[in-house]
Amino acid sequence: MPEQFIWGMEVFLNGLMAGVLYALVALGFVLIFKASGIFNFAQGVLALFAALTLVGIMEGRVPFAHLINATFGTEIHHFGWHVPALLAILLTMVVMVVLAWAVNQFIFRHLVGQEPIILFMATIGLAYFLEGFGDMMWGSDIKKLDVGLPQGVNSVIDEVTYNIFGYGFFIDNLDLWATLVAALLVVALVIFAQFSKHGRAMRAVADDHQAALSVGISLKFIWVMVWSLAGFVALVAGIMWGTKSGVQFSLSLIALKALPVLMLGGFTSIPGAIVGGLIIGVGEKLFEFTIGAPYLGGATEIWFAYVLALVFLVFRPQGLFGEKIIERV
Amino acid sequence: MPDAAARTDEMILEVNNIEVIYNHVILVLKGVSLSVPKGGITALLGGNGAGKTTTLKAISNLLKSERGEVTKGSIHYRGKRVQDLMPSDLVKKGVIQVMEGRHCFEHLTVEENLLTGAYTRGSSRGEIDADLNMVYDYFPRLKERRRSQAGYTSGGEQQMVAIGRALMSRPETILLDEPSMGLAPQLVEQIFNIVKSLNEKEGYTFLLAEQNTNVALRFAHYGYILESGRVVMDGPADALRENPDVKEFYLGMSDEGRKSFRDVRSYRRRKRWLS
Repeated sequence: MPEQFIWGMEVFLNGLMAGVLYALVALGFVLIFKASGIFNFAQGVLALFAALTLVGIMEGRVPFAHLINATFGTEIHHFGWHVPALLAILLTMVVMVVLAWAVNQFIFRHLVGQEPIILFMATIGLAYFLEGFGDMMWGSDIKKLDVGLPQGVNSVIDEVTYNIFGYGFFIDNLDLWATLVAALLVVALVIFAQFSKHGRAMRAVADDHQAALSVGISLKFIWVMVWSLAGFVALVAGIMWGTKSGVQFSLSLIALKALPVLMLGGFTSIPGAIVGGLIIGVGEKLFEFTIGAPYLGGATEIWFAYVLALVFLVFRPQGLFGEKIIERV
Repeated sequence: MPDAAARTDEMILEVNNIEVIYNHVILVLKGVSLSVPKGGITALLGGNGAGKTTTLKAISNLLKSERGEVTKGSIHYRGKRVQDLMPSDLVKKGVIQVMEGRHCFEHLTVEENLLTGAYTRGSSRGEIDADLNMVYDYFPRLKERRRSQAGYTSGGEQQMVAIGRALMSRPETILLDEPSMGLAPQLVEQIFNIVKSLNEKEGYTFLLAEQNTNVALRFAHYGYILESGRVVMDGPADALRENPDVKEFYLGMSDEGRKSFRDVRSYRRRKRWLS
């Protein structure tokens, strides 16, 4: 049935686009995990915090407005200006670097050499703190984020596919942009890691902390750098998700969708995060389309990714692209 | 101090009566003092757990990341107190440690490993390339393997990578920890010959920790013997090699020929240096 097939293709494409967004979140996890062995549960909240900050800066909101008003009995909420999107993004990046520094200074610097489980617990604490802190700083209302990315159906694809198949595909412009930005981000990250001095140092730290220290690499600097990079990735993810569904608390839950992506792609592989994200995105959409909706009563998208991850845990625990453990015998 | 074979009399590194405690409770060094002359090869000898590695790490300041700290005594490099510096500051001052067991960056290529050694330098690409060629001149084997992942190279090659990586930081003093570990005797000889020519031709100062007393004393100028966290004997390498106690305990030789194991043990009990 060609009609079913054409619809399937559209679902496939939309799955790819959704997968890109999953991959973006997973990418942040991989960066931090590789360089410091920390499984950063706070990555999703980082995206939420970045998006909140971006909206706050763009709309000229006063940070900690509720706190200030409650303490001093004032009624201020807005500075009364609007910051252009590009400038606001740059300012948010600065905030993310400061946050990266603070996270290292106040938490992880004191936990050097501790068990992974302790580091993980620390990131859970960080996640809840950051969530509350973001609320306190910018208010807990659902915010609309619009940095000027085009939204709605892409008419070119609609027309071209209509001429070929007699059925126009519905592809959202925002998803296309997200894909483009994610691709650029990954290429930039890979070039940075492979060819720059600090990127090389980052990979060295990932391999062996002690040896990196012994050649004079400052772990503190590398960790702040890595958390900043993860912050940038979170910002990009926050912009895409925030534009799509508004900046609200549920944004931080996308981190949970990144877990199966990581199990599929491997915790230590940047390409793995991308491919894993795409597989999950396409997989859950196609499963829903072919089996879920017609036979299982739908809503399989919610759990499909996790089942897939479980299957991978049984048969290939290091993931598709997980680092081979080099062991000489 | 009797200092016959060392190149100069200037002491570049002085460790004065240091105590090191791990995890706030485990006392590992109980007052170690030593002086390293500029341009010489100084050997730190002793068995397992004697405190050789800890001494080197105390100097290079790698202790902190292992929850160890120097609680007493002082360490001076070129007359300046260095024990509160970060490892990276020490590398910039010219002191670098080659860690025991090589510790290469497994997933980086051989050449990338070498380049990480130049991390603290603000040098131009040209200068770094020149130094890379210098390292390849000393270790031609590494040039052949420059594109392979370090994790897949042999033990000897990894030791070369580790030493080459340290050279890339343009050091003055190299703290070399157990270069012979896990290597075939021929390779050990080769590595030590390279250390010797680096010392003679390029003027690097070496402080090396070794269990292989025989080899170390043939190449070093001066030696210290550690036992249970204390220096029990020191002297010029030639003198140590001729010392009957060193021969007995560390070189496995004896004037009276081979003894039965029982005799050795009772002898050992009588002649312990430490109570």
